[in-house]
Amino acid sequence: MGSKLTGKPSDKPESAQPSERQATAAEREWQERALRPALEKSPERMREFTTVSGYPIRRLYTPADLAGWDPGRDLGLPGEAPYTRGIHPTMYRGRLWTMRQFAGFGTAEDTNRRFRYLLAEGQTGLSVAFDLPTLMGYDSDHPLSEGEVGKCGVAVSSLADMEALFEGIPLGDVTTSMTINSPAAPIWAMYLAVAEKQGADWKKISGTLQNDILKEYIAQKEYIYPPEPSMRLVVDTIEFSAKHTPRFNPISISGYHIREAGSTAIQELAFTLRDGIEYAEWTLRRGLAFDDFAPRLSFFFNAHNDFFEEIAKYRAARRLWYRAACERFGAKQARSQAMRFHAQTAGCSLTAQQPGNNVVRTAIQAMAAVLGGAQSLHTNSLDEAWALPTQEAATIALRTQQIIAHETGVTNTADPLGGSYFLETLTNEAERGARDYIEKIDAMGGMIPAIERGYPQREIADAAYQYQVAVDRKEKIIVGVNEYVTEEKPIELLQIDDSIARRQAERLRELRANRSNDEVARRLAGLRRAAEGSENMMPHLYEAVKAYATLGDICETLRTVFGTHHEAAIT
Amino acid sequence: MPEKKIRVLIAKPGLDGHDRGAKIIARSLRDAGMEVIYTGLRQTPEMIASAALQEDVDVVGLSILSGAHNTLCPRLMGLLREKGMNDVTVLIGGIIPEADIPALKQAGIAEVFLPGTPTQAIVDFIRQRTAATAQ
Repeated sequence: MGSKLTGKPSDKPESAQPSERQATAAEREWQERALRPALEKSPERMREFTTVSGYPIRRLYTPADLAGWDPGRDLGLPGEAPYTRGIHPTMYRGRLWTMRQFAGFGTAEDTNRRFRYLLAEGQTGLSVAFDLPTLMGYDSDHPLSEGEVGKCGVAVSSLADMEALFEGIPLGDVTTSMTINSPAAPIWAMYLAVAEKQGADWKKISGTLQNDILKEYIAQKEYIYPPEPSMRLVVDTIEFSAKHTPRFNPISISGYHIREAGSTAIQELAFTLRDGIEYAEWTLRRGLAFDDFAPRLSFFFNAHNDFFEEIAKYRAARRLWYRAACERFGAKQARSQAMRFHAQTAGCSLTAQQPGNNVVRTAIQAMAAVLGGAQSLHTNSLDEAWALPTQEAATIALRTQQIIAHETGVTNTADPLGGSYFLETLTNEAERGARDYIEKIDAMGGMIPAIERGYPQREIADAAYQYQVAVDRKEKIIVGVNEYVTEEKPIELLQIDDSIARRQAERLRELRANRSNDEVARRLAGLRRAAEGSENMMPHLYEAVKAYATLGDICETLRTVFGTHHEAAIT
Repeated sequence: MPEKKIRVLIAKPGLDGHDRGAKIIARSLRDAGMEVIYTGLRQTPEMIASAALQEDVDVVGLSILSGAHNTLCPRLMGLLREKGMNDVTVLIGGIIPEADIPALKQAGIAEVFLPGTPTQAIVDFIRQRTAATAQ
């Protein structure tokens, strides 16, 4: 047995390996005295222990792992730089995280009923899932929408649908997150129009647009336009928000989808942070000051199975953002330096087999997000490897968060695991691994050139494939899938039938018959001129949606100006 | 004489962009010695049927997670028949409720592979199936 404390070298990128260190005298003595006899008596279960990301984990972590680690500089105290321990001095003793369950299916009326139910059951924020046609900027009656309307989320083709979605829900009182990216600007314009109609003050409304186009090119692939005009639309919303909706987060810079596409934890961290840097650089070039928009940048991470790796990832994320904000952008305000993030448990970790086990997985993942200091959280439902959740399954998912919040005691103190040799080492290594990737992307000229050469896409595809190989070889065990398999009966699923598409098509016919089509044409022409020039497009989008131009009308107008994006498929 | 390689078209129909599964399967089948063509995203049934004909494939593998399978699959099967491609084996992988599987098979889908399927099971199925149709 050697005295080197790291795992074997592998074909993974250098940044995915822990640094080596020599065992201390005390550790060598312990190895001789206690470890060697124990290993001779019974060897360890595996030659190498790794996280779900394939990251090697050592047998033991001791103070020697933290040589050079300065708690004053690297850990700090809650609510203070570098925010490793969380962004609030009291953390969950003051206020619990927002329990924000992502929901959406069928028509706006169907989803409105689910929203009201979830609010009545104690959910504290709304989160809208849109269907694929909406995500791709097509109306429900477009030929490419066939078979997809209302299936993966709610169908929203115009302001009329948005009004129905929030009927009876006061937008001045709830906070709403909207998972929409390429068409984020027109969808947000619809939301702002509903708020105005309800008499809610734009200065007070609060919520989050996902609006993160970079991760679409990297992982989720719901893009419409090429990168440059897409980035311009994102900056338009950031600028508009800084002026008009000071409590709204115009972007949620998302690692979630990067992880779902199969990345490692360090890749998720690195690509998300580098995306955040890219948005900040573009917004600075628009002429805004960092401290004027950075406080409203929000982040979104996955909560995967590997408990400590995830907690380390969140803590490293805050420290990385603090350092980037100060070192790259000269942030002066604390609010520009403190990373706020939403977390969602890992959809890709859910198994179709033995769905009840998913409640357990989700609970443990949610616990990691809470121990990592999340500001808001979505917990997945047990049936989501099959379909969108039933109301019963969605209720258990919400109850899971309530149990963590009120029964487990993990909320009683800030950063309960701070100071653990293991966790602090993992946090340091996650930060270093992410910095290596970020430097590589800097050297490529930023995230857009990196995307154009397929760099993050290829890194993720490689990691996804390696994980699948490990599962196929049973090097990674998934309970109920490649071990502990039993015969099962099908479970009850939410059914979305195709009558929804017909109802949507009928509604669109009525809308087009009843709106002023002259007014729509005028507003779309104004939008087109704005898109061809360089002014902020938000005011034009706002006027267009108020005239009941459909999402399809608007996105088609922008397609004719900007063109569309096509990727070279990487396998 | 070297054995003729099995030719597979991996296709991603519909608007969904979740391509993790499609890419993993493409790579696994290639590693198993098959000739794999991946269409990329957002293919209509018409585009997939044309590609299948043009590439003269033995197998079409569809990756669908969006719930659009009941619309897209029967249409693709109709188009393949119109083009005289009655021998091509069509497989689906993805998120498919079990209740939908009998109708999909009735429409001519050879097999539906659900989440958690080992890649080797798909390789084995394709080898057996193409060996059977070659006879």
